[in-house]
Amino acid sequence: MPDTVQQNGHGEGAYNYAYLDEQTKRMIRRAILKAVAVPGYQVPFGGREMPLPYGWGTGGIQVTAAIIGRDDTLKVIDQGADDTTNAVSIRRFFARVAGVATTTRTEEATIIQTRHRVPETSLKDGQILVFQVPIPEPLRMLEPRETETRTLHALCEYGVMQVSLYESIARHGRIAKTYNYPVLVNGRYIMSPSPIPKFDNPKLDRNPALQLYGAGREKRIYAVPPYTSVKSLDFEDHPFEIERWTECCALCGSTESFLDEMIVDDTGKRRFICSDTDYCQERQDGQRR
Amino acid sequence: MYVAVKGGETAIAHALELLADRRRGSRDVPELTLDQIDQQLAQSVDRVMTEGSCYDRQLAALAIKQARGDLIEAIFLLRAYRTTLPRFGHSEPIDTSRMSAERRISSTFKDVPGGQVLGPTFDYTHRLLDFSLMANGERPTAPTAPIDAAQIFPRVGDILEREGMLEPPPPADAGVSTQDITRDPLTLPASRPVRLQALARGDEGFLLALGYSTQRGYGNNHPFVGEIRFGAVPVSFVPEELGFPIEIAEIDVTECDMVNQFAGSHDVPPQFTRGYGLAFGHAERKAMAMALVDRALRAEELSEAVISPAQDEEFVLAHSDNVEASGFVQHLKLPHYVDFQSELVVVRALRAEVEARQQQAALDQAAE
Amino acid sequence: MSDIALGLADPAHDSQRLFRTLLDAFAHPGRIVSLTEGLAGVGSLSPAATAFLLMLVDRDTPLWFSPDLDSPIVRDFVRFHTGAPLVAREVDAQFAFLTLRRAPLLDGFAIGTDLYPDRSATLVIEVPSLVGGPPLTLRGPGIEHQACVGIAGLPASFVAEWSAHRALFPCGVDLVFVAGTELMALPRSIAVES
Repeated sequence: MPDTVQQNGHGEGAYNYAYLDEQTKRMIRRAILKAVAVPGYQVPFGGREMPLPYGWGTGGIQVTAAIIGRDDTLKVIDQGADDTTNAVSIRRFFARVAGVATTTRTEEATIIQTRHRVPETSLKDGQILVFQVPIPEPLRMLEPRETETRTLHALCEYGVMQVSLYESIARHGRIAKTYNYPVLVNGRYIMSPSPIPKFDNPKLDRNPALQLYGAGREKRIYAVPPYTSVKSLDFEDHPFEIERWTECCALCGSTESFLDEMIVDDTGKRRFICSDTDYCQERQDGQRR
Repeated sequence: MYVAVKGGETAIAHALELLADRRRGSRDVPELTLDQIDQQLAQSVDRVMTEGSCYDRQLAALAIKQARGDLIEAIFLLRAYRTTLPRFGHSEPIDTSRMSAERRISSTFKDVPGGQVLGPTFDYTHRLLDFSLMANGERPTAPTAPIDAAQIFPRVGDILEREGMLEPPPPADAGVSTQDITRDPLTLPASRPVRLQALARGDEGFLLALGYSTQRGYGNNHPFVGEIRFGAVPVSFVPEELGFPIEIAEIDVTECDMVNQFAGSHDVPPQFTRGYGLAFGHAERKAMAMALVDRALRAEELSEAVISPAQDEEFVLAHSDNVEASGFVQHLKLPHYVDFQSELVVVRALRAEVEARQQQAALDQAAE
Repeated sequence: MSDIALGLADPAHDSQRLFRTLLDAFAHPGRIVSLTEGLAGVGSLSPAATAFLLMLVDRDTPLWFSPDLDSPIVRDFVRFHTGAPLVAREVDAQFAFLTLRRAPLLDGFAIGTDLYPDRSATLVIEVPSLVGGPPLTLRGPGIEHQACVGIAGLPASFVAEWSAHRALFPCGVDLVFVAGTELMALPRSIAVES
């Protein structure tokens, strides 16, 4: 076969462009197409050992490595921020092995790899949002066995999830699940949106961007195509709600973004700022102009 | 202003430099060479090759050096390198009966054809610290019998098998390529070849504990060491253009054939069953633990009740990989403050509701 | 071997660009995309089908060609560039290349199982043109409201056949229509009406 290892010309000559060999990329690409064709279904894939630890974004990294090219502009966020250590580390990895342009601006990015957040800025047609997923199976904490959960998905038998949410209401008077809040995709598969706060769930619904989810350790890829219905599970008498803060961002004054709480002194004084650093910065820049 | 765990480019760069510096340690001490690691920490190299699924002593030694002796980290390094290598094909199965064995013991028979060969083993060392190793004196070469390459050690299992006392090994599926767990996703239930691959790569400590649990009643094992052998075996490969096997290397392996009692059934006369373990290099503890767990995982196949962790295929296979486990346990170090913030919001709200209810109750009580 | 057509000039980057175009098509069913990496079609395969083959097919993906596309030229090309096993029965194929002459169009291919709907075939179907055919309306994931397409040469029975096939969801095959250098995807999740 004529393709195999190619020099990438970025000083990492022993490795192929974007780290993965071409055969692996093809395997992942085939899995991605299946994932897009069956929204919310977890496609098993031959996940590879990546040079970053399992649980640190290897699924997202493999998905990104399989789709990224020289024309792309990559943004990487962790907890909404471009400057968290793991985001920096992953961005460095791709700058090194794929020689791509990177950005912190949501609107400039063609691929956004994220852990635990969906950007506040609306995404556009053509952008791809790659989620890092620790546990792809939304039913896992209710049923640890893969053989069982796979059957439940096949039968569309989601009573166990409904019961668990209802128990939460019985106990707390509300659904106390706050992140990794389960969603129903295209009316068929219950899906883990990854551990994003439920605040972000509404952004998944009918989003113009393509959402790809990669779980490296668990070796699963799933997807939500653009404009696809993503419904957070709820009950008629207990509709889905997102978090609200009484505070606003201390830096940009936003009352609409997800806020990080910081303890700023020994007396426990608190300050709230936007979790999405790009969104916050853009707003601050706008106010200065 | 206060910036939480946001480290950034510079912090990471400095951390990497500091780690490299600490790895080197005091410059007054000579730096380790890979040959020293290969020769003098040989069993670390063996473990890294086994669980790293890559037989290359130099690379394993490099990984150990780079990982500061952290073997799981070294296994990780070796695997991440291995995964990038192009795949040309697969070797023929190795034939351990052709092993030029340095050690070979059976605990089921006092004597076996070929004899018991103790070889280099910790088994009968008294675990007394050898303070002479603190001095840098050279050690005289150990007396060894000349190696008889023609010496064949028939496998004890084969002898028992001929008598019908021991089940034959599963037939090789000629022409059917076995699934490669480093390339194909694991699907359950898994075949025995897939399980054995997972166990061979599995964490020695995890398998040791599971194997041990089967001896303590969690899994109904009654094992005997049919045979353990350690030595060099040839590796052959069939190049497509030649169409016949050629010998491409010789590797050291440790093999354990564990013999277990099996009650038999109405139709099947009682027979001993096998658990199998194989590891690169000299790794008896690993090979034995693997053999115990392999046998335990055959419970369903042998119509035994699956009631213990070591018999539970999904539990064992999903948790035996130390690179996966290490990554996921340690990922808890990553920031989770977004998830935690969500929890804070809801816990505060729930607490406020409870407090309001309690206050209301107190007011109601006062009013009565 | 010298008469075998060339593959991708720059495999890593060419196939990446091609794949992103294909992914865009899968993510937007009904959208016509152009696979332009300067490839000529091989045998009776269009340039788009040839590009599809080079970017996604390898020794891990069994292939099937309908008799009217199969030829020694195609086989040599596939063997040399991909190493993919060519299978005699369409049910064994992960990728199938066919024309609209096949009737019924969709029968006989792997559709996966309820447990593993991904174990299904992707059908690359040569059509005369992706425009000018009977108007069809597509709805479903990847489409904001609805998409109108007019694939030339599609038999009148297609809508009914596809509807019946969609009843098997999540099982099913995914379709890729190709004409010249152009391509349009129709994943199994999409509803089609006349």
